[in-house]
Amino acid sequence: MSAPATPAVSSAAAPALAVRMVDINKRFGNVQANADVTLSVRAGTVHGLVGENGAGKSTLMSVLYGFYAADSGHIEVAGEPVRIRHAQDAIALGLGMVHQHFMLVETLTVIANVMLGAEPHVLLKRADALVRERLLALMGSTGLRVDLDAIVGDLSVGDRQRLEILKTLYRGAKILILDEPTAVLTPQETEALFKVLARLREQGTTIILITHKLKEVMRLCDHVTVMRAGRVVHESAIANASVQGLAEAMVGRQVNIGRPSEGAVRPGEIALQAEGLTLRDAMQVTRLHEVSLSLRAGEIVGVAGVSGNGQSELLEVLSGLRAPQAGRMMLAGESFEPNCWLEPRTARRLRMAHVPEDRHARAMVMSFAAWESAVLGYEGLPEYSRRGWMRHGRMRAATEALMQRFDVRPRAPKLGSAKFSGGNQQKLVLAREIGQSPHVLLVGQPTRGVDIGAIEFIHGQLRALRDAGCAVLVVSSELDEILALADRVLVMNQGRITGELPIADCSEARLGLLMVETEDAPA
Amino acid sequence: MSRALPLPRWADVALMPLVNLAIALVAAGLVVALIGQSPREVMVMLIQGAFGSARGLSYTLYYATSFIFTGLAVSVAFHGGLFNIGAEGQATLGGLGTGLVALWLSQRLPAPVLLPLMLLGGALFGMVWAAVPAYLQAYRGSHVVITTIMFNFLASALLGYLLVNTLRAPGGMSVESVPFGPAAHLPGMHEMLAGLGIEWPSSPLNISLFLALLAAAGVYLLLWHSRAGYRMRAVGASEGAAAYAGIHPKRQVILAMGLSGALAGMVGMNEIAGVNGKLLLDFVGGAGFTGIAVAVMGRNHPVGIVLASLLFGALFQGGAEVSMEVQGFSRDMVVMLQGFIVLFSGAMAYVISPWVARAIHAATRRAAPAAKIAEPAGGTHG
Amino acid sequence: MDEALIGAMIASTLRVATPLILGALAGLLAERSGVIDIGLEGKMLFAGFAAAAGGAVFGSVAIALLLGMAAAVALSLLHGYACVSHRGDQVVSGMAIDLIAAGLTVVLGIAWFHQGGQTPPVSDAVRLHPLWPGAAAALSGVPVIGAVLGDGLLSHNIMVYAALALVAAVWWLLYRTRFGLRLRAVGENPHMVDAAGVSVLKLRYAALTLNGMLCGLAGSYLVLAQSSSFAPNMTAGRGFMALAAMIFGNWRPVPALWACLLFGFLDAAAIRLQGVVVPGIGEVPVQAVQALPYLLTVILLAGFVGRSVAPVALGQPYVKER
Repeated sequence: MSAPATPAVSSAAAPALAVRMVDINKRFGNVQANADVTLSVRAGTVHGLVGENGAGKSTLMSVLYGFYAADSGHIEVAGEPVRIRHAQDAIALGLGMVHQHFMLVETLTVIANVMLGAEPHVLLKRADALVRERLLALMGSTGLRVDLDAIVGDLSVGDRQRLEILKTLYRGAKILILDEPTAVLTPQETEALFKVLARLREQGTTIILITHKLKEVMRLCDHVTVMRAGRVVHESAIANASVQGLAEAMVGRQVNIGRPSEGAVRPGEIALQAEGLTLRDAMQVTRLHEVSLSLRAGEIVGVAGVSGNGQSELLEVLSGLRAPQAGRMMLAGESFEPNCWLEPRTARRLRMAHVPEDRHARAMVMSFAAWESAVLGYEGLPEYSRRGWMRHGRMRAATEALMQRFDVRPRAPKLGSAKFSGGNQQKLVLAREIGQSPHVLLVGQPTRGVDIGAIEFIHGQLRALRDAGCAVLVVSSELDEILALADRVLVMNQGRITGELPIADCSEARLGLLMVETEDAPA
Repeated sequence: MSRALPLPRWADVALMPLVNLAIALVAAGLVVALIGQSPREVMVMLIQGAFGSARGLSYTLYYATSFIFTGLAVSVAFHGGLFNIGAEGQATLGGLGTGLVALWLSQRLPAPVLLPLMLLGGALFGMVWAAVPAYLQAYRGSHVVITTIMFNFLASALLGYLLVNTLRAPGGMSVESVPFGPAAHLPGMHEMLAGLGIEWPSSPLNISLFLALLAAAGVYLLLWHSRAGYRMRAVGASEGAAAYAGIHPKRQVILAMGLSGALAGMVGMNEIAGVNGKLLLDFVGGAGFTGIAVAVMGRNHPVGIVLASLLFGALFQGGAEVSMEVQGFSRDMVVMLQGFIVLFSGAMAYVISPWVARAIHAATRRAAPAAKIAEPAGGTHG
Repeated sequence: MDEALIGAMIASTLRVATPLILGALAGLLAERSGVIDIGLEGKMLFAGFAAAAGGAVFGSVAIALLLGMAAAVALSLLHGYACVSHRGDQVVSGMAIDLIAAGLTVVLGIAWFHQGGQTPPVSDAVRLHPLWPGAAAALSGVPVIGAVLGDGLLSHNIMVYAALALVAAVWWLLYRTRFGLRLRAVGENPHMVDAAGVSVLKLRYAALTLNGMLCGLAGSYLVLAQSSSFAPNMTAGRGFMALAAMIFGNWRPVPALWACLLFGFLDAAAIRLQGVVVPGIGEVPVQAVQALPYLLTVILLAGFVGRSVAPVALGQPYVKER
């Protein structure tokens, strides 16, 4: 870990610290989200806060902005120790946050959204005039351009983000926190944003940029802090950093942790083939960009990457929950096109099983008893229902068997699904899907919220399934998991597959680079 | 915001309805006291009136019959994820359907053939009257609560129009149809019992009570033992999970509401075929709205609904008796109590249940201080 | 056409529309803030009873109006307590209010006045009278527009004109004041409003209070201007018709006004159309005309005529999330 570099000292005194967070600790349940984190942000600079999902950067900024209270540690703004209990305190101190999910009222105009909550006058006409004046001045000095009278619902994503930034500046923010700002922007919009941020920096605004995109960090930032597993692992001026070094710091772990010794894997026939999958969401943002992949029987393919880069959408498309705008898919000899895409029922008929990422909203019905959740999706099978009537006895017995096989506790099929712990819920869902002896299994975040003992068990089950000839696709934001399970690794970034590596060729350096979309560095 | 203590299942199912009823009775009792009467006396008279005589009991059961139908209707819709405020209008249409079949065929078919057809007609009419708002909700996004309220008004307008213009018995002053032929008559309970040699006072109570109980059993079997019911409940509980399972939410919504409307439509068998023997205005008399109270009190389960229907039947019958004895008391007291019950069971549920939960936890902690605290369900922070 | 008829129709339309306008404005304010309100009927009924009782007992129109508004505001705040402060179901709560009002008004009426639920008629001094009583007669001689102006427009009591003025007032409140901006925002995205430092709770309670006051005026009007005493269930579905008008007007004050006028016109026309033969259809059934407001609302909601755009956060209890 490189020592914090001394900033270039001009003849003037050393630049003041806009924000200093010292020894911040924050725990949620068993997870230590922030552990002894110290962050120093120099005034008038752009500071990058980098890390994978779960590294703790969002938590840290939520503490700074007053959404959470830290368990211990203190915060200084402009050299003065402060207590930040709500967002209002943060705003009063000159902090402004632009969230990943915009907080806008779509039916109102831009100017209405900006002034809401801080209207300078009771009468809107007067308030409008006053606000407009200030905003025009702000827009002039920062280069931010938004049509003040446009209805927000009509604006593009880039415009909405500019509006969000304008909102914070209108409230007098001198320290701007941006949470993954370019996640939803097109390249052109990203350029425009960079210009704005550069202008703001020229004017003395301090900017904290939360991101996992190292290219942007190298371009925009003056300093960077890398977090991993709740701690700060690297801090330096950009001048002294390299993409490779940062990627390694971000990802850095030993390869092949917990990987049992095994014979060479010999994958069989292609069980699933997808070509050119392209998906745009309701806001016309491209979530999947010409994704192609193939799955063979008897192999586990891991999809690695920072969460939010299209992995969820990939699973939805492959499992038939969503149809793409373009592309083709072949499954069990049947071919699917966008206008007649796969449906979940057909998928099951073709022996494809799916363990969804979202356990609560998709995989189970929380208000159902365990045995009812244990047949979700399969209630139409002859062993479970006959002539429209459900065979309760069979279903309960099957659930018991599944619970036995996968060690789900408590062994109570009649218990409400919501009463099981996260790990046991996940085991039940896996039991259900694996219990159908599928030919293809899609799994999203197999061990999210699952305790250590169950993780081992689940991994073992997935390997056993692979050995029995199933084609398994595992999406996980935990790189450890991918490295432990996969025979072949696909890396996704920005809706594209940026790389495909057999497990033997995976090193933290290569994977890290692929995850942050930089040119492939020489191995 | 402090974390709410969970309510144990037995409390949720059995205790809460009683607590809500108790609070509603207290509120109503306050009003009774406010107008200068004794709540206790009123209560005693009410129970006497509802259960104290064979005749009273018959009336109680007769009212309960319609409430069972509408309560089942509302609960089926709830299980499918929708609020059916339109049971009143669907019951109206159901009666119309039953009556139309009777008017058309009662001179030509014998009772064993005619009565099932009348039932079918009523159920069908009610089903359609519910399916249209359901379709509009599923495929056009129209809020089902508003459309069903509108359909209630449309139903009474339609019935009024038909009765005044087309179906009116000639020469009569009242707005009613011609009486049906004897084949269209559902035997009254007193007739049936007389056939068995038991003397029973005459009352509107008829064998549609058995139909209602059968319907309750049928709803139970459908919802919890059939595949269709499973899918319906899945959509009502979690649309995301239902989609994942390959169940089509839109289709299920229409099915659930259709069934709901059909159940409400069976009120026609009680009121038109059983009691009146002809079509007339306003035979539903608010049963559609009582059905909502019944469903809410009965926790949307057929057993609870039958019990709650009995309760409300008793309130209506007892209330009628009290209003005859006590000066100043009227049936409207029951309407008011109904409102209180809906308020406390339905709207204020989140106000009351935390208190009850806290009380239970305090009581159990005092009883077993070393009891293990269960691990909360759900994963760790992602 | 006979101008006297036109004048009479206009007069009738305005008179029938007045409680609808007030009710629609009330519902509009609540629903724009995100709270479903199907309790308009119950609030109007309760207010009518309170005004009738108050007017009969105290003999003062001011007290009658105040009591009417207080009664409706009380129910609105109850609705708020169940649904805004706590996460009660808004539809169920509205329904409960309708039922409670229907029962309670008759119970109290019988207990206090012993007339089977009716209240004694309020004295003439308490009733609302036309502002310009001589206008209709004076203008009847003027050709063409005399009846229209005199009978149609100038023969009404103060509340009719107040209702029209209130449309403008609510419009101004909603679109020209800070409060109105926040109100509109909280019905669309309460999280945003909360994050901006404005209390969602206070906004919704304010909206509900105004809602209660307007319902109070609507209910009082029925007793002070139309009949002169309270009769059980005298609102006869007007609350729901006001709801329909509000939806028909897309939750906006001026379109809601037109909807109310349309519905009022239909009501006025219903009586006069009885017996009239329309070519191609035959005799127009009075029930068809009575049902028309409801039918039109359904057609609008189904999206066949224009688009119905409800406030986005309507009906969702606001829960602070972290």
